Amino acid sequence: MNAMNAMNDMNAMNAENTPPARGQGLSWAECSARERLAAFVDEGSFHEWLPPAARLSSPHLALLGVPAAFDDGVAIGRATLGGHAVFVAAQEGEFMGGGVGEVHGAKLTGLLQRALRDRPAAVLLLAESGGVRLHEANAGLIAVSEVMRAVLALRVAGIPVLALIGGANGCFGGMGIVAACCDRVILSDIGRHAMSGPEVIEASHGVDEFDARDRALVWRTTGGKHRWLCGDATALVEDDVAAFRAAALHWLAAPRALDLATLEVEHALLADRLQRCPPGAEAPPLWAALGVPDAARVPDLDADELRQRRPALDLIRQGGF
Amino acid sequence: MTPAVGTETLQFDFPGERRPLPFEPVLVGVVGSGNLEILIEPAETAGCRITLDTSARGFGAIWAAVLGDFQQRHRLAGVALAMNDMGATPAVVSLRLDQAVAHLRWPAAAAAVGEGE
Repeated sequence: MNAMNAMNDMNAMNAENTPPARGQGLSWAECSARERLAAFVDEGSFHEWLPPAARLSSPHLALLGVPAAFDDGVAIGRATLGGHAVFVAAQEGEFMGGGVGEVHGAKLTGLLQRALRDRPAAVLLLAESGGVRLHEANAGLIAVSEVMRAVLALRVAGIPVLALIGGANGCFGGMGIVAACCDRVILSDIGRHAMSGPEVIEASHGVDEFDARDRALVWRTTGGKHRWLCGDATALVEDDVAAFRAAALHWLAAPRALDLATLEVEHALLADRLQRCPPGAEAPPLWAALGVPDAARVPDLDADELRQRRPALDLIRQGGF
Repeated sequence: MTPAVGTETLQFDFPGERRPLPFEPVLVGVVGSGNLEILIEPAETAGCRITLDTSARGFGAIWAAVLGDFQQRHRLAGVALAMNDMGATPAVVSLRLDQAVAHLRWPAAAAAVGEGE
């Protein structure tokens, strides 16, 4: 009888409410790259190119005693998102920290170059990477530079490239630059985006400069909230696959111009921001200087609460578009 | 004696007679610390062929025991498993193997035999 009542309640709820959005309640950070990809695009729409069975693996790792991955840590292919034809790539952060090796990078570059030919609605990079895979040294560095060039070529052709960042490894190094080259960066509050990672800064400049074990410091320096408040990210979302999906759909058809005038405006904004940056190089005073009310409370707020607080400043680089 | 460098590659061929319905290759797991990935594919082999590449050298006997136990449970035929391992424990390996096999579908008769065992 109780079960029957529960079923009636559920039926009533389904009649009143729309069904949950695709991917709702699924943590982006906790998914593997393939789980994330499958839940993010329209159901069953992902068609993979160079799948694991093709065994396009790193030729460099075995010699170093490191096992290769059958897909070299990245899945690429085509799919639909809300019915729009898109190209997608998902990096696996658990494999070598998402590091970009020669093959991994070539797969990304090939995807982007194919997009130039086939002209999908957009290319979506589900990025999770510590940057260049140092085991592969120059081959990895060259691979990342080729990815950057391919992203910019797509933007010139008017095909938007979106970076979606919310994995536990964040997006750093060469992939951090790739993401910054994209039309849009969509970040979760637990996502991180920067050039040098915390441990790299500590190793090169000392613990007094940056304590990589101070997680609060790491997040208020590289985390999604900081990036979004500063305007480096277009959208701040919760750690939820449905939230990433909604943000990607929202920004799918909104390329940013890539021309000299736009770059000059952007550089002027960055110079202005640097000038306003208070001494001490800590994030909360910068947020306050940017006009965020009650800046010290920012780390305690969730994405929704924070979204209502971002001031409509001309300092905001991307969000105002 | 030359020093041990690189990964260790092992191959096992087990007899078996349970042939699954035709299937597309499936990948489970991730090559991360203490973890492994397994690619399960149809193969022109009488039983089950397992090839693996591992960062932990010198554990051939343990692999033989874990994989032999797996094949004793499933008796696979016409199936190849390829694995990249980064130091997964035997328990994790067994779970991943069962996860891979869970993607297979069986002809009605074979399923009945399998369940009856």
